[in-house]
Amino acid sequence: MLDTIGASTLEDLYAHLPEDVRFHGALNIPAGKSEYEIVEYFHERGLENANSHANFLGAGVYHHYRPVLVDAVVSRSEFLTSYTPYQAEISQGTLTAIFEFQTMICQLTGMDVANASMYDGSTAVPEAAMMAMRITGRDGIAVARTVHPEYREVLGTYTRHQSTSVTEFEYDPETGQVDLESLEQALNETTAAVIIQSPNFFGVVENAKQIAEMAHAKGALLVYVFTEAVSLGLLEPPRDADIVAGELQSFAIAPSYGGPFAGIIACKEKYVRQLPGRLVGETKDANGNRAFCLTLATREQHIRREKATSNICTNQALIALMATVFMALYGKQGLRELAEQNLAKAHYLGERLWRRFKGPYFNEFVAATGVQSPDEINRRLLGFQIVGGLPLDRFYPELRNSVLLCCTEMSSRADMDAVAEAFGA
Amino acid sequence: MIRKVRPHPSQNESLLFETSSPGKIGYQLPPLDVPAVDPAEALGAQNVRHEIADFPEVSEVDVIRHFTRLSTWNYAIDLGLYPLGSCTMKYNPRVNEAVARTEGLMWIHPYQPDALSQGAFAILAEIERALAEITGMDAVTLQPAAGAHGELTGILLVRAFLEAQGNARKKVIVPDSAHGTNPASVRMAGYEVVNVASNDRGMLDAEALARMVDEDVAAIMITNPNTLGVFEEHITEVARILHAKGALVYMDGANMNALAGISRPGDYGVDLMHLNLHKTFSTPHGGGGPGSGPVAVKRSLEPFLPLPRLQHAPSGWSWNYDRPQSIGRVRAFYGNFGVLVRALAYIMAHGGDGLRRATLDALLNANYLRKLLEPHYEIAYHAPSMHECVFRHASTGPIAKRLIDYGFHPYTVSFPLIVHGAMMIEPTETESKQELDLFADALISIAQEVKENPDLVSTAPHSTRTTKVDEVAAARKPILKWGR
Repeated sequence: MLDTIGASTLEDLYAHLPEDVRFHGALNIPAGKSEYEIVEYFHERGLENANSHANFLGAGVYHHYRPVLVDAVVSRSEFLTSYTPYQAEISQGTLTAIFEFQTMICQLTGMDVANASMYDGSTAVPEAAMMAMRITGRDGIAVARTVHPEYREVLGTYTRHQSTSVTEFEYDPETGQVDLESLEQALNETTAAVIIQSPNFFGVVENAKQIAEMAHAKGALLVYVFTEAVSLGLLEPPRDADIVAGELQSFAIAPSYGGPFAGIIACKEKYVRQLPGRLVGETKDANGNRAFCLTLATREQHIRREKATSNICTNQALIALMATVFMALYGKQGLRELAEQNLAKAHYLGERLWRRFKGPYFNEFVAATGVQSPDEINRRLLGFQIVGGLPLDRFYPELRNSVLLCCTEMSSRADMDAVAEAFGA
Repeated sequence: MIRKVRPHPSQNESLLFETSSPGKIGYQLPPLDVPAVDPAEALGAQNVRHEIADFPEVSEVDVIRHFTRLSTWNYAIDLGLYPLGSCTMKYNPRVNEAVARTEGLMWIHPYQPDALSQGAFAILAEIERALAEITGMDAVTLQPAAGAHGELTGILLVRAFLEAQGNARKKVIVPDSAHGTNPASVRMAGYEVVNVASNDRGMLDAEALARMVDEDVAAIMITNPNTLGVFEEHITEVARILHAKGALVYMDGANMNALAGISRPGDYGVDLMHLNLHKTFSTPHGGGGPGSGPVAVKRSLEPFLPLPRLQHAPSGWSWNYDRPQSIGRVRAFYGNFGVLVRALAYIMAHGGDGLRRATLDALLNANYLRKLLEPHYEIAYHAPSMHECVFRHASTGPIAKRLIDYGFHPYTVSFPLIVHGAMMIEPTETESKQELDLFADALISIAQEVKENPDLVSTAPHSTRTTKVDEVAAARKPILKWGR
């Protein structure tokens, strides 16, 4: 090959690089390792982490069972090792799966259009906010303090340099739901979007219909955020929202220390031109057969460059495929049963503890720890190989001695009893 | 002659919604070990949905056959050469998939106590160190979820750095050969985009640039090697020009597969850059994500990196949130951990020497293909190629489709925009001489077909189960979901 090129050594291939840009040293990275050594290294790192602990943490990342079929499908070379489906004729597998994904997200959320997925829920939120600003031509965002705190931080990072004013509104300390008076005060003629999460960060279900009415009365859009997708198996879909932004991690996506996950944005039909991210559409091939392809790309950066709706250039195709297989396997009946099991488990534990908030809850709730500190309780639980809930003062200084607990279909009665006992219940 | 493929049966398959029939299930949950709860009572009847209308009802066998059949309609690296320029479609080692599914890595929660995540911290610290070493930088954030996300993070860092000096400035210079995400990211960070044209060698013109750079310029965003596969030979001079005016040099590291082990941007004036782990570091593209776009920076930019940062004490690793100058979070949690695990496995398998060798093989393959194709296609720029080469042909689109009939994925079509009829070819180090020869033969044969039988080429592909897809119709009347 070198002869064909007319070079005598491999080094000749970059001999044209100026001397001062060439690296002459050796990279300080240990010599290449065998497959066995690599497997051992990661196995050992895994042992240094929590292993086979029961886990009562939720807060945006949930322990749900992952059906075996999910990895069987996403390990197919044709899904795993293909690129973005630009060449539709040899990408119909990925394109068809995304089309099914978009359809199922619409069915779940009650929206008309869903994109092919976003990086995750936390980045879907600022993208939804910017979308609302483009639609309304306004630059104010009102966001509930019960939206995931890290999502709000990301919203702040994204909007800081876009002349956006972000206002937070309070929760009702009794119910844990949006404080409607505080929302009313936050709303004005410059508000592009009201952003709420349901179930919210405290696990409490919001009254989306009423909040939508308040937002719409001021000409603002309602952005409905979810972090626990399983709740959609049971909860009324947010039909009153204009944009839905969510996280699908609960759908067979492993917690994996926080990523990779898959977010979504779905919206009303009339807003599709402002929707960021990839979209797959149905069409026909030259023989008149049904076919799918990426579409409405004129919104995107590779054509619009600095005028694009977003710099988003990818989706989370393989992760979205996990969610697609999960939704297909559980189906209409299974997703409901799964959601009902989560509801039952959380209420089994929740009703035995002193809950901070009276609003309806799905599979997470805030428990008061009384005279004990959250750390004391969690330390005791670790002795039983149980990771306890999240102490909330980290994000809400006013919520001292409060713990956010999550129960899923993977929480056993015995472990929940142990948690109740540790709380002194 | 088409040597690589022959037609084989390819099964038809309906959509899930069409095979669905009432009452079919593909799941089984364990029996509930606590009392059932009435949803209407617990949540309020108004909050409970009646059903998920039209949601699939299918069996486990239906599901596995459905997705397996769909998969056979895809091309993939594991099937053959995938020469998409600037996408670095290299082999995705299966050991990376295996280690990412290690029990103690896959099931860890981002909020579990730091003491229970020490193995994860060790992995993150190790890959930060390796990426800093490869780029010649001082610090790395692993938080960005993809390349474009890394760009946004990088420009926000530029902004924070300049603001701390009292003036954020107004403009960012972007060469016209840049990927479209560059200008889009610049806008999101609140800067104005100034385009700069490449010269007749496909490179930045240092003199022209010097005339553009003033005190309003915050940074230049430079892809190197650029999207023509050409190394920006004046990069040191470019950095000097920008630095003289107090501006920064951001490098888009999408093409780092041409440099790892032979050239470190941090050594010659680049202040910050992102890497695409799904390109250079072999993590699977997965049909379009997940990616990972770490940003590597020089020491002066370190205080501004996203929250939180790794910190080490005698008691072990933990997260540091006390970073008053940070740009804040760019996403929840700590990054695409599962992707980072795969990238570290790749780095470990190669070692420093192996990374360099992979780079040289990537250069070898690209230059070998260039030599084989040059007599038949017009090279866009005569400057030496690094890891990819760009040709031009008026029929680039049809030729790409015809390549499919020969058993290959097309190259990148009509990009970069500055080359009319661009054919952007990146073979990567993965390919053997045999596969490269087959590919070159295919393109040479098609060049002949274009002259002798243009209809055959313009109506391609002919061998696929789906013939030419009508993308115009899809955009004219968008159908974005299934309906009855």
